[in-house]
Amino acid sequence: MKILVCVSNVPDTTTKIAFTNDNTEFNKQGVQFILNPYDEWYALVRALELKEAKGSGSVTLIHVGPAENDAVIRKGLAIGADDAVRIDAEPADAYFVAEQVAAYAKDKGFDLIMTGKETISYNSSMVGGMLAELLALPYISLATKLDLSGTTATAEQDVDGGTQVVECQLPAVISCQKGMAEARIPNMRGITQSRTKPIAVVPVSGASTLTSVAGYTPAEGRKAVKMIDPANMDELVQLLHNEAKVI
Amino acid sequence: MAVLVYTEAAKGKIRKTSLEAVNYASHIAQLLGTTVTAAIAAGTDAALLPELGKAGATKVLTLAGDKLASGNDAAWAMALEQAAAAENADVVIFSHDLSAKTIASRLAVRLKAGIVAGAVEYPTVNGTALHVRKNAFSGKATAVYAMHSAKKIITLLPNSFQVKLGEGTATVEAFNANVDAAPAGIVVKERKTRETTTVPLPEAELVVSGGRGLKAAENWGPLEELATVLGATTACSRPISDMGWRPHHEHVGQTGVAIRPNLYIAVGISGAIQHLAGVNGSKIIVVINNDKEAPFFKAADYGVIGDAFDILPRLTEAVKKFKASQH
Ligand SMILES: Cc1cc2nc3c(=O)[nH]c(=O)nc-3n(C[C@H](O)[C@H](O)[C@H](O)COP(=O)(O)OP(=O)(O)OC[C@H]3O[C@@H](n4cnc5c(N)ncnc54)[C@H](O)[C@@H]3O)c2cc1C
Ligand SMILES: Nc1ncnc2c1ncn2[C@@H]1O[C@H](COP(=O)(O)O)[C@@H](O)[C@H]1O
Repeated sequence: MKILVCVSNVPDTTTKIAFTNDNTEFNKQGVQFILNPYDEWYALVRALELKEAKGSGSVTLIHVGPAENDAVIRKGLAIGADDAVRIDAEPADAYFVAEQVAAYAKDKGFDLIMTGKETISYNSSMVGGMLAELLALPYISLATKLDLSGTTATAEQDVDGGTQVVECQLPAVISCQKGMAEARIPNMRGITQSRTKPIAVVPVSGASTLTSVAGYTPAEGRKAVKMIDPANMDELVQLLHNEAKVI
Repeated sequence: MAVLVYTEAAKGKIRKTSLEAVNYASHIAQLLGTTVTAAIAAGTDAALLPELGKAGATKVLTLAGDKLASGNDAAWAMALEQAAAAENADVVIFSHDLSAKTIASRLAVRLKAGIVAGAVEYPTVNGTALHVRKNAFSGKATAVYAMHSAKKIITLLPNSFQVKLGEGTATVEAFNANVDAAPAGIVVKERKTRETTTVPLPEAELVVSGGRGLKAAENWGPLEELATVLGATTACSRPISDMGWRPHHEHVGQTGVAIRPNLYIAVGISGAIQHLAGVNGSKIIVVINNDKEAPFFKAADYGVIGDAFDILPRLTEAVKKFKASQH
């Protein structure tokens, strides 16, 4: 059982976000980066559980990003991944990431490629489907459960207006969300071991840049809140109707 | 050259998100001096198709092909690639729902198209590039992407654009796609459709949401009553679905569903940043909380300080009275 888990690094939701160069660049200075929660809590932990259940195999992390992101990869190694690959480039967009991961994975014989549902920074939810197409594999999106039996994967996934149970043959690509697994906290042994686990650095191969960020606009705060007398809910309803025009 | 839109029908209607996508496409078509072609599964009730014309399509292609009916995403991507070629379409529009995450991502590879996932504004034309805005950093900013590639795909965040229907009409053409080469893909073993009469959360315009302030699963009655009289969909904060008080699909926030309704009423929710990340795109936010220091008040348009169990029934009564006065 060879599993590849795609991991991204994202600013922690609680960090302040700022831009430089006339709002054309994201300012990484002082930003706390974390392993994308969907990748860490669901994709990686479920990958480890599947390997443990089988009693053999490997879980490899792959990340497209510069050397400064190694800390986040080490966190994944501390949680239990066996080794990691870093494609040495600043990713331009989802297409760029998918192309690099596919180029690496295509001849390595992974049974399963797992991604998070989306990054919490850009919420694109695109890398998994792109990988599946690039590698001509089935794709199970937004999975909340995943089990393997032989070369068959059975998963539960969210679809518009409900859920469904699906099956496909391995190898396959699967994007993971809540339900898949419970988050694991790395223990001391894991942290110590992670320092010596290998991170292979691979150069970029034939990157396409199809989009680029032209600029950012910080969100405007809301106007000051209007407090309503709790004894006067008619007033709230009138404001929602006449002022806010939402009912 | 046309702008191609992927559309769907469900529950006897063209989906609202599809109408949003056709509207958006028609805006781009005007910028580019071209027309809109909507693609929809063959077998969709013909009586529904005029709606696509009213939303701005001048042509509807009903796509038929062996593996399309089963929802095979790889087959759909192939079919849309062929439809885009036939229509000479350089721009393809989807709603940012499941179709975007499965079919649009695959189509992007087939067309080598740049993609902006989750657009929140109409694009602008800049030479041969389109500039498209989307949310970034949990609603703390927006980013404008310049799309340089010849082919472009844009997926729209649901509820970002209000649907406008006009008098337009569309011709309907059958389109036979050759998708035999598509891989087997995934097989659906069991479908569990949610039996709700309310609008699904991502599409809902009115949402009433509860948090730990409601204290127990059995206390949701007053919140549900408010939702019912408003015609709103219910949602909850993460701990609520974690504890199993409410179903997992109601969980909104950074790790749940991101929504942007016209009205979000938060009851007994503190307003943690991870919760706000999923709801701060709402047009109007009402916060009901008994702690005047609750952080959510800072992100609200209207606030009520008080006990949820006292406020909810009175707000429900006020809405009933208002609704009655409207008739
Ligand atoms: C990485 C990460 C991701 C997360 N993702 C999400 C997410 O997607 N969505 C999410 O919601 N959370 C998420 N969280 C959790 C989040 O940080 C908060 O813990 C959570 O939102 C709190 O839920 P709550 O507001 O219901 O409960 P609490 O924070 O306990 O707030 C309860 C509120 O109810 C009020 N209250 C109490 N009694 C009453 C009463 N009788 N009447 C009126 N008000 C009352 C209190 O004053 C308080 O403000 C995430 C956390 C992390 C670390
Ligand atoms: N730079 C990256 N390196 C490796 N994997 C990534 C990267 N960015 C995104 N991914 C993976 O793709 C998933 C979906 O990302 P996205 O499509 O950008 O929302 C993430 O949850 C990760 O598993």
